[in-house]
Amino acid sequence: MPYPDLMVQPMRQELIDLSVAELRTAQDVDSFFENPGTAMLVFNSVCGCAAGAARPSVALALQAENKPQHVASVFAGQDTDATEAARARTPQLPPSSPSIVLLKDGQPTHYIPRHRIEGRGPEEIAADITACFDDLANN
Amino acid sequence: MGTFHDHLGPLHGITVVVQTNTPTVYVGRCHEAGPTHVILHDADQHTDGENDQTTDQYINQAAKWGVFKKHDTLRIPNDTVTQVTPLNQFPVN
Repeated sequence: MPYPDLMVQPMRQELIDLSVAELRTAQDVDSFFENPGTAMLVFNSVCGCAAGAARPSVALALQAENKPQHVASVFAGQDTDATEAARARTPQLPPSSPSIVLLKDGQPTHYIPRHRIEGRGPEEIAADITACFDDLANN
Repeated sequence: MGTFHDHLGPLHGITVVVQTNTPTVYVGRCHEAGPTHVILHDADQHTDGENDQTTDQYINQAAKWGVFKKHDTLRIPNDTVTQVTPLNQFPVN
């Protein structure tokens, strides 16, 4: 069951303030996956155990020079149609949230699932994300 | 980092591997490692040799990608549990 919008809005805003496009509908997701080039999709989450570190880590990672051309988020548990559409586009990846998927021409290339976010600090997670950026840019 | 659920123990909300005194291991998000059971959400289980995978191969794959859940909730009796370890403590090969 989704949480009240009032509670979730600050968690949305944290990524919107980073110019991360928010995908609220399945059509938004489909359009995003049609983008050519490199992209990052963040599965945002209310979960305080992991998402509280995930969003700051995205902020840190987006300071990297070779960040992906397109960056967006879907809010798992809140925007269910959009989330299901994103899961349908990445059926080989076990669903988890928060999590981060890197894409090239709409195809997943790297995945940072929730368990690699849990219990870690933003700097550590950001280092993993930027390593994925480097790999994505060089391959 | 503290959460709203600190009373449920340090593993609450953490994806763990539950090893047992049987050939079956479990991977899921720990709700509580309590006095009688370990309770997991969104959990998968694997028995050694299932799908031509050893337990080590299964855990290695889980550490890299996570797992597809087979159970919304699992209660694993403590008398079978030998170890509960965060999944991210297993190396990704």
